[in-house]
Amino acid sequence: MSAPTAPRPVVSTTPRPVMLGMPALPPTSPRGVGNLRGDESFPAFARHSLQDAQLRRNLGNATQTIRGKREQVVAEVDDWQELREAGRQLKVHTMAQLETYLPQLEAAVTAQGGVVHWARDATEANQIAIDLIQAKGVDEVVKVKSMATAEIGLNEALEAAGIAAVETDLAELIVQLGHDKPSHILVPAIHRNRSEIREIFLREMEGVDPELTDEPAALAGAARRHLRRKFLSAKVAISGANFAIAETGTLAVVESEGNGRMCLTLPETLITIMGIEKLVPRWSDLEVFLQLLPRSSTGERMNPYTSMWTGVTPGDGPQEFHLILLDNGRTAVLADGEGRDALNCIRCSACLNVCPVYERAGGHAYGSVYPGPIGAILSPMLTGIEDNASLPYASSLCGACYDVCPVKINIPEILVHLRASHTETYAAEHRRPSVEATAMKAVAWVMSNPTRWKLALRSGRIGRILGRQRGMIGEVPLPLAKQWTDARDIPQPPQQTFRDWWAKEHKES
Amino acid sequence: MKIALFITCLADAMFPQVGQATVTLLTRLGHEVVFPADQTCCGQMHVNTGYQKQALPMVQSFARVFEPYDAIVAPSGSCVGSVRHQHELIATRFGTPGLVDDVQAVAEKTYELSELLVDVLGLTDVGAYYPHRVTYHPTCHSLRMLRVGDKPQQLLRNVESLELIELPDADQCCGFGGTFAIKNVDTSTAMLADKMRRVLDTQAEVCTAGDSSCLMHIGGGLSRIRAATKTVHLAQILASTRDHPAQLADSRVGHAEVVS
Repeated sequence: MSAPTAPRPVVSTTPRPVMLGMPALPPTSPRGVGNLRGDESFPAFARHSLQDAQLRRNLGNATQTIRGKREQVVAEVDDWQELREAGRQLKVHTMAQLETYLPQLEAAVTAQGGVVHWARDATEANQIAIDLIQAKGVDEVVKVKSMATAEIGLNEALEAAGIAAVETDLAELIVQLGHDKPSHILVPAIHRNRSEIREIFLREMEGVDPELTDEPAALAGAARRHLRRKFLSAKVAISGANFAIAETGTLAVVESEGNGRMCLTLPETLITIMGIEKLVPRWSDLEVFLQLLPRSSTGERMNPYTSMWTGVTPGDGPQEFHLILLDNGRTAVLADGEGRDALNCIRCSACLNVCPVYERAGGHAYGSVYPGPIGAILSPMLTGIEDNASLPYASSLCGACYDVCPVKINIPEILVHLRASHTETYAAEHRRPSVEATAMKAVAWVMSNPTRWKLALRSGRIGRILGRQRGMIGEVPLPLAKQWTDARDIPQPPQQTFRDWWAKEHKES
Repeated sequence: MKIALFITCLADAMFPQVGQATVTLLTRLGHEVVFPADQTCCGQMHVNTGYQKQALPMVQSFARVFEPYDAIVAPSGSCVGSVRHQHELIATRFGTPGLVDDVQAVAEKTYELSELLVDVLGLTDVGAYYPHRVTYHPTCHSLRMLRVGDKPQQLLRNVESLELIELPDADQCCGFGGTFAIKNVDTSTAMLADKMRRVLDTQAEVCTAGDSSCLMHIGGGLSRIRAATKTVHLAQILASTRDHPAQLADSRVGHAEVVS
């Protein structure tokens, strides 16, 4: 312990008024950069994607398989519920103490020879990466599969700066070569089949054998030969991170293929871009997450490769390490007391695999790199609700996502919260209420009062005149009801409501 | 035991037979059923569609109307889920601390039908008779919000002459989801199609559940494709006895007298 420093000289003893400024919400992710916003609303996109039989089949098969595997390996763990609770508490604690742990991480990484950069948003993070790569004088980098870099549109930004980014995760490579977008957090090319992959490789891969078949082993072999050349020539690698340990400054990436480890060890320079929420306080916290993540994600007891690195080690691995800490709307999520648990996500994608909406509509319908139930809550909070207003409604609130979440994020509750945020934001910004708001207000007015409700029930029976021969209202010519009757019949209202029946029964007795 | 019936707005307006069956069943079991006439709706549709503040009067009304009773039953897992999990939120956000206490107290004694029968009344055999091939769809809110588990199946297994066929992928949502069925009609219908396929694969005469809303959705789809399988609420099966057997045609979704 060093001696206490001398007290600072007192400049002035007169209290002066201080302007602290008005409290403001932290900024959301900026428009025009990155991949958090779609071109169409969820229902509009889903309308197209639902017609894709290949997609429906692939998604159905893949999600069912992973669901089954997950269920099996989770059932093996006696203390799974305790583990989930531990994971949740660790995340909640960390998010509440970011101002302690982030500087601690920065100090630890710096002490180990790394350089830490702070990026407010996608634009800043991309620019920092571009500057670092250009300083190395290279025009090609290899990449580890990373959600954060997909979120900020790093590949697009690098391309604009004349730098080619080579994705080395097999599925990401397929997506990249196909000039396509990922549709699943873990299995980005889940929407592609073997023969499509073969065609993409034949068209886009340099020096590929023209006799390439669509056998999985042959496709993997072609990708391996392509990537080996890239690994051996790359001077700079870019990665994300699954975890960062504040006390040691250690970064961790978990993966299946080993291509990530090639990127993390072979090039001279490593640049890691990490959302500020990926932090855990202590080394021992990984004990919890390294059990939760693989079982929830791939349905494996342990993922094949867990790579960890702490700063730089002379003579071993990259000799220059940069860590870019990314906000890009995360502080705005943190400011939302009801929604902030979305930051606890460890990107396992278990919620996607159990979601009946995701399984049918597919990942692209969410318009963001974060699809499925977690995307439906995270994307609107990162961008501001108005830019992803349809996402909180892209759920039947069935609750399957909450049951499987390894860190117990109550996704249905946050969806309901965001729906309220949406209608309340709309009401505050528009003088005229929406048609829906007017209707809901009218219904609430009726339902808040028994007399009005009884009257409405009586007059509602006018609907019976619309009844058809089978006793069903087949197609009601009302705009809202049409959405229902397009695909389902609705029963004709009964002659007598329950309350009328009750009143009659009890009058006579 | 004196039991107050929360009929739910949907059953009141569209499925009175479900309320009648609930009354018949509980009366047969020796309980007094009362129907507080000032009840309206739990407010779930408003909360789930983003209109939380508008739900406040309904939440207040529910607490006021049902406060005097020892036990409240509703033939709906979803509406009980709203009472138990959403009313406190609305009271906390827009009401008074007194209202929070009131909604908590009422929520504690509000039960879904199978919960009331199995947990409160301690029954798994209610003396019912239903000579049909039946499959059970556990609705999402019964399953994952209320955690009723296999209580409905326990009750169904003890119904005389009922053949219970297991529904494959039973825990998958039918695609109803309240206004989801309207706002995301295409995805909702795709989910419904898969649910109907599973139901039809069982070759059951009847698909039952604890929620009229989900049954209205599944039944509306089955009716549209002119399938023979009918949707019948759990209460109607449990109310059926040898002396007063339920007529299948009477309980069909959409089967009501036509006014021309």
